[in-house]
Amino acid sequence: MEVFQIVGFGLIATILVVILRSVRSDFAIYISILAGVIIFSMIIQHLSYIIDTIRDLSRRANLEITYFSTILKIIGTAYIVEFGAQLSRDAGENSIAMKIELAGKIIIMTLAIPILLSLMDLIVKIMP
Amino acid sequence: MDIDLIFKIAGIGMVTAVLHTVLSKAGKEEYAYLTTLVGIIIVLGVVINLVSKLFDNIKVLFRLY
Repeated sequence: MEVFQIVGFGLIATILVVILRSVRSDFAIYISILAGVIIFSMIIQHLSYIIDTIRDLSRRANLEITYFSTILKIIGTAYIVEFGAQLSRDAGENSIAMKIELAGKIIIMTLAIPILLSLMDLIVKIMP
Repeated sequence: MDIDLIFKIAGIGMVTAVLHTVLSKAGKEEYAYLTTLVGIIIVLGVVINLVSKLFDNIKVLFRLY
């Protein structure tokens, strides 16, 4: 099963980071970046399978496809923002992590505005 | 993605660290920093390559373009 591979790989990466930190070399941050990238590439097949099935479901229920693609965009930006913020927090730079998260929130907000507007139009139409 | 890349990077890290201490003990401070810098730049190239591949995957996956 794939989960054993992922957990084993994560443990090995953590051990390597601890060893490198004890040797006082500054390659530890590279190992954690690489571990994140490799673990994500392990789960990318499952993620695309999930997204395709949800897309088919929303198409079958003939929902508006724009809403689903906006939600997908928001999830994607949230993941990347989380990736970068956690990495800089690992390296001890909390202020940079805060800045990245702030920028991510603003980008997600701009992505969500169209949905908000269409909701307002709907409500106005319903009101007598 | 190849898992043995992590071991390569860890190996390079240890080698540069040991080289740094050896060179600084031998009195050649500037060469020590030079070798550490070279090691970091090589590993930076590899890591940036992988991160850009990851971002491309995410862009395609979440239709983020």
